[in-house]
Amino acid sequence: MHIHDEAVERHVLAVTVDNEAGILAKITGLFTARGYNIDSLTVADISEDHAISRITIVTNGPPHVIDQIEAQLDRLVPVHNVVDLTEAGPHVQRELALVKVAGKGENRIEAMRLADVYRARVVDASTESFVFEITGSPEKIETFVTLMREIGLVEVGRTGVVGISRGPEAA
Amino acid sequence: MAEKSGADILVETLLDLDVDTVFGYPGGAVLPIYDALYEHPKINHILVRHEQAATHAAEGYARSTGKPGVVLVTSGPGATNAVTGITDALMDSIPMVVITGQVATNLIGTDAFQEADTVGITRHCTKHNYLVKKPSDLAPVVNEAFHIATHGRPGPVVIDIPKNVQVAAAEFNRHAAKPNNRYQPRTEGDFKAVNEAAEMIMSAKAPIFYTGGGIINSGPKASETLRELAKITGSPVTSTLMGLGAFPSDSEQWLGMLGMHGTFEANMAMNKADLVICLGARFDDRITGRIDAFSPNSKKIHVDIDRSSINKTIRVDRPIVGDVGRIMEQIIAVLKGRRFSAPGYEEWWARIKGWRATNCLEYPENKEEIMPQEAIAKLWEATHALEPIITTEVGQHQMWAAQHFGFDKPNKWLTSGGLGTMGYGLPAAIGAQLGNPDALVIDIAGEASIQMNIQELGTASQYRLPVKIFILNNEYMGMVRQWQELTYESRYSSSYSESLPDFVKLGESYGWTGIRIEKPSDLEAGVKQMIESDGPVIVDCRVAKLANCFPMIPSGAAHTEMLLTPKDVKGTMDDQAKALV
Repeated sequence: MHIHDEAVERHVLAVTVDNEAGILAKITGLFTARGYNIDSLTVADISEDHAISRITIVTNGPPHVIDQIEAQLDRLVPVHNVVDLTEAGPHVQRELALVKVAGKGENRIEAMRLADVYRARVVDASTESFVFEITGSPEKIETFVTLMREIGLVEVGRTGVVGISRGPEAA
Repeated sequence: MAEKSGADILVETLLDLDVDTVFGYPGGAVLPIYDALYEHPKINHILVRHEQAATHAAEGYARSTGKPGVVLVTSGPGATNAVTGITDALMDSIPMVVITGQVATNLIGTDAFQEADTVGITRHCTKHNYLVKKPSDLAPVVNEAFHIATHGRPGPVVIDIPKNVQVAAAEFNRHAAKPNNRYQPRTEGDFKAVNEAAEMIMSAKAPIFYTGGGIINSGPKASETLRELAKITGSPVTSTLMGLGAFPSDSEQWLGMLGMHGTFEANMAMNKADLVICLGARFDDRITGRIDAFSPNSKKIHVDIDRSSINKTIRVDRPIVGDVGRIMEQIIAVLKGRRFSAPGYEEWWARIKGWRATNCLEYPENKEEIMPQEAIAKLWEATHALEPIITTEVGQHQMWAAQHFGFDKPNKWLTSGGLGTMGYGLPAAIGAQLGNPDALVIDIAGEASIQMNIQELGTASQYRLPVKIFILNNEYMGMVRQWQELTYESRYSSSYSESLPDFVKLGESYGWTGIRIEKPSDLEAGVKQMIESDGPVIVDCRVAKLANCFPMIPSGAAHTEMLLTPKDVKGTMDDQAKALV
């Protein structure tokens, strides 16, 4: 007997929740318990009184699973709403990464040149290393990190995606 | 305003919420709450013998009365023992509030004595849960917990209360303690969707109502509404295990239960229908059989209060989210507005009558031994006029009870459907008897299941509860043995009930009446003696050892591929079927 896998789609979900103890565990636990995937997850409180947090989850799965993920999230008591940005239409996705590169001579110059092209900022420098701060789409960061790997990548930290819909309205 | 201890705030809030019965077991981390209960005799505390039984008793109470069940247990093992019943309540959508003691806040995380991460452990087997960190939060939390447990799709809510929060004092203003209403599930069906569903019903040639536990949960009125809807349309009605009793079993329109051990006519009608109207059910795997062969030619309407049930396993054409009782009323209003009259469906009913003629629930006659189906039928004959509440354990006896005991009213049939918890029936019967002191409450059991919570014989004795246990004793974990016959060429691996107790003497040692029934000729008299005994009775009914439960949709098969008799059994299955539960 063989186990078959289905074709998957990537979706970005924006989830607004009560900022209460255990809510992150509830959400991540829901994903593991039901066998859903998390590609990235970011969370921070967003309201003046710190009572509300926004969680951006990048997930992947077949369309009927994505639909289930939204329904399952939506029925958690502390969840106010779930927006599938991928489904909702035009939206912006951004991620921030800190990229540490070490090297001397030509590699050092090349690193600076590429950083310039990718609009990465130098946030720390020593005679044999740089730390770059880069923001952009996940693809742009992926490409930059791949290039730096050839030059002398030491370490990388990424925030995961935050997303928001385009235009004047809230999604 | 006067300050009160956390324990007093808790108990007074429970009283404000009209809680009259609490099932529990004391221990170190709930001693302050038990002391507060000592001062409040208006709350009837039922001391069980094991915390799992407290949760099932609360379920039995809730399902038979419609009110939420309340449980009180201590930290650590008290809470972990309750987990099975909490999960059971989640799977079967039973309203329940479980209060657990916890070690003091300053000890949390230190591996203190009887510490367990209750909120962590119960996170995914509750509808919601709380750790209360200060006594002033108690009243609003308890109020919200009851609101969540009883609104939308009902379910269990856990409130974990550290011991120092029970002792510390806070101001208690009962009027300011109302929840903030952040949980307001939709009850009314979308107007357009209801209209569309009514159109689909009006144009169907072969419709079927597939009903579930949602109708029971919606309240007794929903069962009345279902009967009206069925009358207006004249179409056949089938139900899941959870929904039995919502529609009368003696109606001509009733096809019996559907699914794995459902009737041939119900399953065939589901397969051949052109419209399936699913009311408060969730297309469980025990209902659908093989998914790609499930009701292949029908349009499907799905009414459910939980949006996540829709399109979870079966794609439907017209979902309606809301309370099933209310939505049936809305559909009826549209049908009446359009002056819809039942078209008769002559051709459809003629086909159904053909399927009915197989008499799929027939069983072989046996003069020597009691057939278990016969025992259930006799039990029904002797008791149905008394409108008994029936609970069950899990296994063959449960399915035979579902097949052969006719149910006519909601809240009379209490069984563990989703989780399939052996040991459910006796504590559930205790809870049901407490909620319905004058009712005849019978736990139909198997000799294996009953042993999983047999210690509760003592609870029934202590509170003078006249519950009856009717054991179909075949000396096997019968359903396991049946599957081993179907799938593993009758290799009976660990399915024989070795070293059974003498149930009659066991019952007598707890002050129960014990009755043994061994021959078909003794069956009627034994049942009569059970009913006529005032106190609790345990009946050890010896039945044919190798009888199996038919009809059956085997693992991985379609509704049209039912095994009707033992002759259809081949004894082996391919790996694909073996891998399904």
